[in-house]
Amino acid sequence: MTGVTDIPRIEMRGVKKAFGSKRVLEGVDLTVAKGESLVIIGGSGTGKSVSIKTIIGLIEPDEGDILIDGKSILGARGSSRDALLSRFGMLFQGGALFDSMPVWRNISFRLLQGRNRLSADDARDLAIEKLRRCGLGPETADLFPAELSGGMQKRVGLARAIAAEPEIMFFDEPTAGLDPIMATVINQLIRQVVSEMGATAITITHDMRSVVEIADQVAMIHQGCVQWHGPVSDVENSGEPHMDQFIHGREDGPIEAVR
Amino acid sequence: MPILLAFQSFLAAIGAAVLGLCATTGSLAIFTGASVMHVFRPPWYPAEIGRQLLRIGYFSLPVVGLTAFFTGAALALQIYTGGARFNAEAVVPSIVAIGMVRELGPVLGGLMVAGRVSASIAAELGTMRVTEQIDALTTLSTNPYKYLVAPRLMAATLAMPVLAFVGDIIGIMGGYVVGTARLGFNPGAYINNTWNFLTFEDISSGLVKAAVFGFIIALMGCYQGYHSGRGAQGVGRATTNAVVSASILILASNYILNEMFFAS
Ligand SMILES: Nc1ncnc2c1ncn2[C@@H]1O[C@H](COP(=O)(O)OP(=O)(O)O)[C@@H](O)[C@H]1O
Ligand SMILES: [Mg+2]
Repeated sequence: MTGVTDIPRIEMRGVKKAFGSKRVLEGVDLTVAKGESLVIIGGSGTGKSVSIKTIIGLIEPDEGDILIDGKSILGARGSSRDALLSRFGMLFQGGALFDSMPVWRNISFRLLQGRNRLSADDARDLAIEKLRRCGLGPETADLFPAELSGGMQKRVGLARAIAAEPEIMFFDEPTAGLDPIMATVINQLIRQVVSEMGATAITITHDMRSVVEIADQVAMIHQGCVQWHGPVSDVENSGEPHMDQFIHGREDGPIEAVR
Repeated sequence: MPILLAFQSFLAAIGAAVLGLCATTGSLAIFTGASVMHVFRPPWYPAEIGRQLLRIGYFSLPVVGLTAFFTGAALALQIYTGGARFNAEAVVPSIVAIGMVRELGPVLGGLMVAGRVSASIAAELGTMRVTEQIDALTTLSTNPYKYLVAPRLMAATLAMPVLAFVGDIIGIMGGYVVGTARLGFNPGAYINNTWNFLTFEDISSGLVKAAVFGFIIALMGCYQGYHSGRGAQGVGRATTNAVVSASILILASNYILNEMFFAS
């Protein structure tokens, strides 16, 4: 068990986070290997979004450590943090599109900044290509986010997350609000990004079909901790009561229905 | 011992308020420091600065112009009335000019722009905060201080003196219109009296004040929006706080700046 390949790409060690008196994460331990697709499931409000925001550094954990390629990134500032951020791509739960600019500028936003920035024409072409991969036509490129439906905003957000082809991607409920056909398109896209581009991905979802179509590994978060973590093939017979209740959507079980 | 308990909770309330004030002052100081630092360090976003100049400067012209015109006009009437008591009606042109240029142009213009611009900056940044657009900027390797805050600070600090200067001219024109049409001043004499009394220092001190007010306007809008609470309510509160705090800070800093100009 030595050698570079055994160092996980992403590791959360005992991460705790409270907002005021509300304890959200109570010691999350999670590892994701390079080129692996991890899907996080769990009830709403259990801290799934907060978990991935602590990895990206949008939320600072109260305790614990976050490691990328075996190195702690909590203290990263300035250029080392910039270098780190350039490896990340993120789809936010609400899309988080910039409503002051058209769709194509949203998608190629990162590529229009910095020293090696693309020309506007190239950036627009690239945006249209990413839109196509997310199941949206080129006419969408010149619309503003406010003119799109929720599902379309989600897909534009996804196109923006993958536009710069980052190595590590986070997708927060990518298929929420999409019809089943579009959900399949998006699931396949995420799968492709991992398989073809060799990216490492963490996806949050409530949709069991997405779990099956996207995941290599599955982690379930419950009450601020990782309740179960294993390969997707074991999901159906995990033997873990929380998991069983969750994936079958039963009302009775260890997870309270009223939260 | 209900009185003792009431007294204790009274003390606790004062303590909480003082602590809250200290925390706000501290976080505002940190925010200001970080923002100013990013104003001077690359990368800059010229397109953003241009957009903000247009929005903060150009589109505030009507508001500032109308405010200045009516203020100058009202001032002319009041000074005429007041001056008549000393048989000194002739001071109208010079006092209107000095009043507009040194005080009312920058202060009233600043307050009007505070209402317009602080509010819209706070609402915009607050909405971006609530809808996670500010977080999204960070994940796209763009520093929100540089991309959002610095351009607004620069634009407001540059635009406000220009607005105040335009306001000065329009305000003096307001006085001129009332003075010549209503109070029987000779047009040529009115203009001569205005010019002969104004000094460079009158104008420059007003413009320096306007620049400080511009900085305050953008700073309060950005600070309140950036730290907006969650939901529509949070954005609403941020907007109100931005206008109120910008207005009060403008009036307070106006007094302090006047003291400094007075002393020198
Ligand atoms: N910035 C914040 N300030 C205060 N509370 C927060 C913040 N972000 C999340 N929370 C709280 O943390 C809990 C978990 O949120 P979240 O991670 O978004 O849940 P989910 O698992 O559905 O993604 C929620 O109760 C939410 O109210
Ligand atoms: Mg969530």
